Amino acid sequence: MIDLSGVSKGFMQKDGRKFGAIENVTFSIRKGEFLSLLGPSGCGKSTLLNLIAGLEQADSGEISMQGKKINGPAPDRTVVFQEHALFPWMTVIDNVAFGLKQKGIPKKTRSEIAMEKLQMVHLTRFAARYPHELSVGMRQRVAIARALSMDPEILLMDEPFAALDEQTRLILHKQLEEITVITGTTLLFITHNIREAIFLSDRILVMSTRPGRIKREFTVPVARPRDYVDPHLHQLEAAIMETLGEELEKVLKEEIGYEFRIKKNAVPDLAVNHLGNEL
Amino acid sequence: MLLIIWETSYRIFQWGWKFPSVLQTADAFYDGFVNGQLLEGTLSSLRRLLTAYAIAVVIGTTLGFLFSRYRFLDETLGMLVVSLQTVPSIVWLPFAIIWFGLNDTSVIFITGIGATWTMALSSRTGFINIPPLLLRAARTLGTGTGYRLFYQVLVPASMPHLMNGMRVSWAFAWRALVSGELIARGTGLGQFLQDYRSLGDTSSMLCIVIIIAVLGTLSDHLCFKRFENRLLARYGLTK
Repeated sequence: MIDLSGVSKGFMQKDGRKFGAIENVTFSIRKGEFLSLLGPSGCGKSTLLNLIAGLEQADSGEISMQGKKINGPAPDRTVVFQEHALFPWMTVIDNVAFGLKQKGIPKKTRSEIAMEKLQMVHLTRFAARYPHELSVGMRQRVAIARALSMDPEILLMDEPFAALDEQTRLILHKQLEEITVITGTTLLFITHNIREAIFLSDRILVMSTRPGRIKREFTVPVARPRDYVDPHLHQLEAAIMETLGEELEKVLKEEIGYEFRIKKNAVPDLAVNHLGNEL
Repeated sequence: MLLIIWETSYRIFQWGWKFPSVLQTADAFYDGFVNGQLLEGTLSSLRRLLTAYAIAVVIGTTLGFLFSRYRFLDETLGMLVVSLQTVPSIVWLPFAIIWFGLNDTSVIFITGIGATWTMALSSRTGFINIPPLLLRAARTLGTGTGYRLFYQVLVPASMPHLMNGMRVSWAFAWRALVSGELIARGTGLGQFLQDYRSLGDTSSMLCIVIIIAVLGTLSDHLCFKRFENRLLARYGLTK
């Protein structure tokens, strides 16, 4: 449904040099699938999402949706950001109905649709509250309801649960799973959390860092509803961890500057140096 | 309590006509409202003030928006506005008299001019401080980048700053108004102050000062402060 071919995007740095965020990325998103982009921070996965959302323009390459080129944001591609991005001056229900208002839908229909979407995230009781009166997790659920209200062709989620605590995140995973089963919407999900990606997705693209490229593709052949203790998921996690490990090493080497290993059962460098000393 | 100190010190220090006693002032108040033109004068002052203020808020907000949007304007005209803001608006009165004559328009002009600069700077701050995330979210929901984005997102998002600007520029306008009226013609509080001075009627003069103070406090507390507090509570900005 959405096709990216040879997409590259760089940013100008302060010293005038160009920093390549993503290079020559090609993949497509199929209708109705839950696709995750997984990678270490700074690998350009959020940039990719912004490009698909139309919030940024690619330097080269082409992104098209159902054959048409994407050249700006549109309500058929709604985004849930890492932070909730709700409008603080509006009540929860007005926030959810905001996009519908832009479409020119009459007020009554608007609030009916908004209520229906709030029902999906189990927040109808809080419809008349303001965002600051809600917990962080609730706000993110409102943001999901707002994005769903437009009945988008694709829902883009940019690390939507990264700022939440573990318990809330687990609850939201369950809710999102429920929503995808009910609505059958196409979803692009950005995360750096391996488990999250495995639990939720049909397909996972692991990205490499600097420059950002698609490194490997994994499919998750497990039916929904899924269970965290499913051994299939764990095997997959180990495989992805290994792929990602190389990338993480690259990042850490750059940041810390000395040989750093994330290897299974490896003894840390510092410990190695001290083995046998002072005997 | 204050009134008692005032009255006794009047009697002890024998201020005579130079500064009025409580009773004289109260008397002048009564006289002014029942027989005189005090009420009429207050209303016409308020009318001028509101006209000037409304114009100032609209122009100021527009300027502020332009400054926040176009860097070139901000660095040229914006700098000019900052320096203009430090100039007391009464200095424009001589110019205004030349341009518009010694009439209402001049007073409205200098009342508005002080408020405009303040409003422009506050709204500029407001527009600049809108989280970019909100704008992106709005655009993905189909607001576009034009007029709808402006009045549905930009204005409400910068409302706390705009509100503050409106409050401060109200105070600026109020001051400029009275000083403008002191010099220009027409019925108004400032003009009365001048008239009573020539009559040596200090108690009526004090009346006017009190009216100005009361109106200023009332408008700030009953209107702006209340509205601002409600706004801050709604935006979740109160501690």
